[in-house]
Amino acid sequence: MHTLLHLMPGMIPAIPEIFLGFAICLVLLFEVFVGVNRPGATGTLTLLVLVAGAALTVRYADVAHTTVLFHGMYVTDPLAFVLKLAGFLFVAVALLYSRMYLENRNILRGEYYVLALTALLGIFVLVSANSLLTVYIGVELLALSVYAMVAFDRESGVAAEAAMKYFVLGAIASGTLLYGMSIIYGLTGSLELGVIATKLTASGSLGVILGVTFIVVAVAFKLGAVPFHMWLPDVYEGAPTSVTLFVGTAPKIAYFALMLRLLAHGLPGISADWTLMLTPLAVLTLIVGNVVAIVQSNLKRMLAYSTIGHVGFIVLGFVAGTASGYSAALYYTLVYVLVALGAFGVILLASRKGFEADKLDHYKGLYQRDPLLALVMLMLMFSLAGVPPFVGFWAKLRIIQALWETGHLGLVIVSVLTSVVGAFYYLRVVKLMYFDAPTESLPATLRPLGPRFVIGLNAAAALALGILPSPLLDLCSRVIH
Amino acid sequence: MQAHLLSILIWLPIAAGIAVLLLGERRIAAGRWLSLLASLATLVLSLPLLADFNTRTAAYQFVEQVPWIPRFHAFYALGVDGISLPLVVLTALMTIPVIIAAWTVVTMRAAQYFAAFLIMEGLMIGVFCATDALLFYFFWEAMLIPMFLIIGIWGGPRRVYATIKFFLYTFLGSVFMLAALIYMYVKAGSYSIAAFQALPLTLVEQRWIFAAFLLAFAVKVPMWPVHTWLPDAHVEAPTGGSVILAAIMLKMGGYGFLRFSLPITPDACRELNLLVITLSLIAVIYIGLVAIVQTDMKKLIAYSSIAHMGFVTLGAFVVYEIVRTTAQVQGAAMGMDGAMVQMISHGLISGALFLCVGVLYDRMHTREISAYGGVINTMPIFAAFMVMFALANTGLPGTSGFVGEFLVILASFKASFWYSTLAAVTLILGASYTLWLVKRVLYGPVANEHVAHLTDVNGREFLVLGVLAVLVLAIGIWPEPLLKIMDPSIQHLVTQAIATKIPA
Repeated sequence: MHTLLHLMPGMIPAIPEIFLGFAICLVLLFEVFVGVNRPGATGTLTLLVLVAGAALTVRYADVAHTTVLFHGMYVTDPLAFVLKLAGFLFVAVALLYSRMYLENRNILRGEYYVLALTALLGIFVLVSANSLLTVYIGVELLALSVYAMVAFDRESGVAAEAAMKYFVLGAIASGTLLYGMSIIYGLTGSLELGVIATKLTASGSLGVILGVTFIVVAVAFKLGAVPFHMWLPDVYEGAPTSVTLFVGTAPKIAYFALMLRLLAHGLPGISADWTLMLTPLAVLTLIVGNVVAIVQSNLKRMLAYSTIGHVGFIVLGFVAGTASGYSAALYYTLVYVLVALGAFGVILLASRKGFEADKLDHYKGLYQRDPLLALVMLMLMFSLAGVPPFVGFWAKLRIIQALWETGHLGLVIVSVLTSVVGAFYYLRVVKLMYFDAPTESLPATLRPLGPRFVIGLNAAAALALGILPSPLLDLCSRVIH
Repeated sequence: MQAHLLSILIWLPIAAGIAVLLLGERRIAAGRWLSLLASLATLVLSLPLLADFNTRTAAYQFVEQVPWIPRFHAFYALGVDGISLPLVVLTALMTIPVIIAAWTVVTMRAAQYFAAFLIMEGLMIGVFCATDALLFYFFWEAMLIPMFLIIGIWGGPRRVYATIKFFLYTFLGSVFMLAALIYMYVKAGSYSIAAFQALPLTLVEQRWIFAAFLLAFAVKVPMWPVHTWLPDAHVEAPTGGSVILAAIMLKMGGYGFLRFSLPITPDACRELNLLVITLSLIAVIYIGLVAIVQTDMKKLIAYSSIAHMGFVTLGAFVVYEIVRTTAQVQGAAMGMDGAMVQMISHGLISGALFLCVGVLYDRMHTREISAYGGVINTMPIFAAFMVMFALANTGLPGTSGFVGEFLVILASFKASFWYSTLAAVTLILGASYTLWLVKRVLYGPVANEHVAHLTDVNGREFLVLGVLAVLVLAIGIWPEPLLKIMDPSIQHLVTQAIATKIPA
């Protein structure tokens, strides 16, 4: 390995992507020759790959300074390092939670893991993108993998419908993104974000605004910001829950990076323009997400609207348009993904063969049936609602702080009011689990030792990071400059 | 140990609560004793606070400070002064009767019940001890979770409605306070409450911050017209939940006014004091009238709590009127003294009254006044206690209820004849609803055979009610030690409250 690295010293910081690329081929071959006979083996190998990848990332990609590689196409910096490690961690946990679910639905096949890894590679490319082209490659690599994952359960009509919707709308968004990029490229003559940043320093040109508008729309679509959110509830509800878990977690990191690289790094000179566009998006997203979530009877759909509500907060960090705002958005994203992982994980563990625990009513009296799972969900719900001592509180605090620093009184009021609305439907889940008795005879929850241990850790992390928030807050402030 | 006394008071009950939770329902006997020991230990450990408290300074004492979030200059900073110390001791005290009262009565998920109250105790002590606004808010909000579960799991038939209403009301109030705290942090560069108190703020800023605080604290107190969650929560809460709600949680609103509103936004308070005074007087009179017509004992006491808490806000805000009309500050301190004594006294009396209702409810399983009558015939000892607490609730001289109300009425007399007259109406209204309650429940012939089969209080109940009765009388007859503890802090607070913070 070392001699190999010696030959290409410039590539060392790109080790995570290179490793992942090789690993994907390995997993694919492994599935063909070994995995077909042993259904679980590919999953285990994938987890090993993720652990090895994380170790290699820590060893080689931990850069102190921003390093630009491949003729300005690729950048690696402390932010990319943190996001990639988070990517490894979140994907590994997501796959761990999913295993029994996939097995019970007879879709435990190696391709699932391959697709998850290519999606992760897409995330990495996006996280390290330094040119419009790299951004686009990352977006597509991630999106195509995820489309396929949504349709992974071939027997399910709902999943196929969700995948179709996702694909068609996603293709439109990709087109929009590409169109916006082409305008920006036409005006600046460069694909490199750093160069674009130095050339577009003042707003006013109609062309620039047009280009930025298209880019903002595409970003809003990917994030699921209102009014570009239509795909999100359908995909969350229709996809197999393990895929919902995947779609709802790790890619959020990538879309945060997409926003940061494109808007904050690529177009800082015209931030006044795009913050102006993001403001109504954020307000609408907060209101629609939180209000519509109230009337849902399907937990996956409710969490989809809740995601939309949280996306509103992340966008608010960008509306602030300062380093403090971006680090608040980063913190919010990481915290949200951590908590959402656990919440969807609970759905996976509450489901059985032939039984999908996706209705809110299925959680009635969960406490009596499975106290541990109910406690985990309780902690995660309070965290999502932003109640201390859970970590979600600090995420909201950081966003509000960034808004105050930039004097956004109106947005502060909207954000706190919508969090109260949001608290209602999170409380309802707690109410169902703890205050109601189970009405119908529901199948017992799954009790695999490993995932249950990890989900317990997941909830404990939400508590521990809530009581001692300093390390993660510090990290998020340090990597954004 | 002295150096970490406050931390121990906060974390000992929380740790014990978690331990009880881990012991589980099957080892509930051990869990019960552990709960009792932990709550007793907390009270015993809080006594050195009283003994070693320096009554000649307004500064925080028993101070602890550890960096919590260095990047935001937030500290794990604790301390008590004359305002928070009595409330800390009250909290440590009132958890014990809750645990004893539930001893054999609560059978469903008992371990969780005890654990929830112990964790609540730690969090509530944390609220009173925090000298860093972020830490304060942390405890303030965290407290909602156990209370939400207490009402929702062990409450009455409409418990779900009540607990969600309780949570959302208080959450709505609190988030605006959070926004205000963060705003001040951005200006002051620190979350220390002292830094907020020293931070110059323009009148416009103060008005906004005052409004945010008012929303948070008015919901908690609760003040008319945001009081509607309280009767619902009380009626549906289990006995222990009602006791803690009335005795401690309502005090947090009053404490918030004294610790945050008055010193941080003095100019806005001066400008808007009539608003608070008006709301307080409405609470005293209108809610007093509402209390009269209640048919449910708990609801009646809940409304009576709102009326009595009106005295706390009145006493705190009448300061400005006194300074305006008399141009001197002596009387001003009296209003605040009254507010503080009223909080402590109401904590004891309302807690005791809810325990009395609990004693009846455990036997009869109804709180309807009409289901009772002539209880004194079968439960004479109990009736003696209840009459005593009822009289204390009406503000009878010699009980703690008298001291607080008298001080506030006297102070408001200095401000305006009319305030004191209106406030004094409570003496009539309070007597009406409380004594009428006593008359209907305790006196008269035995109403039905259920009442005829009642058994008098057992040793456990006697002990709880007896201790509270002694304290109510003690403060009523000799309030001096309490006033002495509070005095320097109240004086300091008055100077803060009447100073101006508008930058020149």
